[in-house]
Amino acid sequence: MNYFDERIVVTGVGLTSPLGDDLATLRENLLAGRSGVTRFPVRNMGDLPAGVCEFETTRHQSRKQLRVGTRAGSIGIYCANEAFANAGIEPAEVDRSRIGVYVGITEHGNVETETEVCQLFDHYDEDVKFWTHHHNPRTVANNPAGEITVNLGLTGPHYTVGAACAAGNAGIIQGAQMLRLGECDVALAGGASESIRAYGIFAGFKSQGALAQHEDATKASRPFDKNRNGIVVSEGGCLYVLERLSDAKARGAQILGEIAGYSLNSDGTDYVLPNPERQEECIRLALKKAALEPADVDIVSTHATSTPQGDEQECTALRAVFGASEGTFVNNTKSFIGHAMGAAGTLELAGNLPSFDDGMVHATINVEELDPACDLPGLVCDEAKETKGVEVILNNSFGMLGINSVLILKKFHN
Amino acid sequence: MDKEKVKQIVLDIIAEIAPDEDLTDVKPEIRLRDQLDLDSMDFLDIVMELRKKHGIEVPEAEYRQLESLDSSAEYLFPKFEAKAVA
Repeated sequence: MNYFDERIVVTGVGLTSPLGDDLATLRENLLAGRSGVTRFPVRNMGDLPAGVCEFETTRHQSRKQLRVGTRAGSIGIYCANEAFANAGIEPAEVDRSRIGVYVGITEHGNVETETEVCQLFDHYDEDVKFWTHHHNPRTVANNPAGEITVNLGLTGPHYTVGAACAAGNAGIIQGAQMLRLGECDVALAGGASESIRAYGIFAGFKSQGALAQHEDATKASRPFDKNRNGIVVSEGGCLYVLERLSDAKARGAQILGEIAGYSLNSDGTDYVLPNPERQEECIRLALKKAALEPADVDIVSTHATSTPQGDEQECTALRAVFGASEGTFVNNTKSFIGHAMGAAGTLELAGNLPSFDDGMVHATINVEELDPACDLPGLVCDEAKETKGVEVILNNSFGMLGINSVLILKKFHN
Repeated sequence: MDKEKVKQIVLDIIAEIAPDEDLTDVKPEIRLRDQLDLDSMDFLDIVMELRKKHGIEVPEAEYRQLESLDSSAEYLFPKFEAKAVA
């Protein structure tokens, strides 16, 4: 049985971010214009600007699970438990074979492999008999989703969706698709990232000339600013409980928003450099699926990572689509929390989700001198903006190898 | 070094790998798996920590020697003694 015509709604959210470990705290900090970026010790590279999460790791996880598992798994477990609690679902009291877990990841396994290799070189003279037997379960690509199922005893399908920095959106899209296919009745979907714990991620961006540097860590992530110089790597996670509208209604669930449309496409052009034409196509395709016009969009939550070229390219795409949409506001959550990689898209959507209720558009901070190439008409800088109401949020997330994702969420109306 | 000290070394390792367990009343003669929540991966951790911390090797065929604190002490004591002499 499939449910191709069913509306898919968001009924719960659980998150951890550099600006708080629940949606209310994250939102409060975003509206107040507070940065969550700090300095974090990175092996071989010193203290670098980064987004660090400080959630209570043992709230939902035994200390043994914490020792055996991964940071990404721990982030996922925290988010999953918080999301179910927020949705009013007690996993032990429902059919756990009908819950699917779909976690977007930019990468996984770098942290665990790097840590093990470093220990082997530093302390054990490269003798592989000291290599941990936990390595493979920690580094298999499904780990961040699988640890959630182990923690909660879920027996439905689980896997990760590898989609570079488009992964958060991709996880949500996968969840919605599986609900429509009837593969599950509840989808736990979003993204997670532990990337700050692998120095190779930072070193790679630095070699690429794309790692943010600033004396003041809170000003390092500055999308659209003329003096932006790169990415602030962050960790984090955000998972949504998604359900078919009929199921959500049947159990009297809260409904935080409705998935109006989405799209995924590929640049097909380069390993790293973005392609604004394909980004534009992706945005238009999502609008078409949602049966919306550009002017219907109230908030565009941008992907912009604070790299000189990437931000400009995205603005080119946005200008092409929304240039004539006077009522469309544009913002950026990475300016507050850095780039949470696999969790970026899903956390950025969460940061904007409360707009349906409070009508506010959180700002883009750290724009001290706006780059003319990024001067979009509806860009909200420095301070949150009050509106007459928000009905539609369009969330961009793009990634390496030219993967683009756009997710459109709309306010729920019966 | 004596066998009681060896038992304490094993208990200290278990405290690290099974941090949720209450180890105040572990019976030395009873199998560890029968009184603690330990699985085969945990026993591999015990073997690994003996190797890393104390330079003691436990061949796979002899893992069963670690099934209780008493059997661990009987089995490991000569190895610790040999290390001390070396």
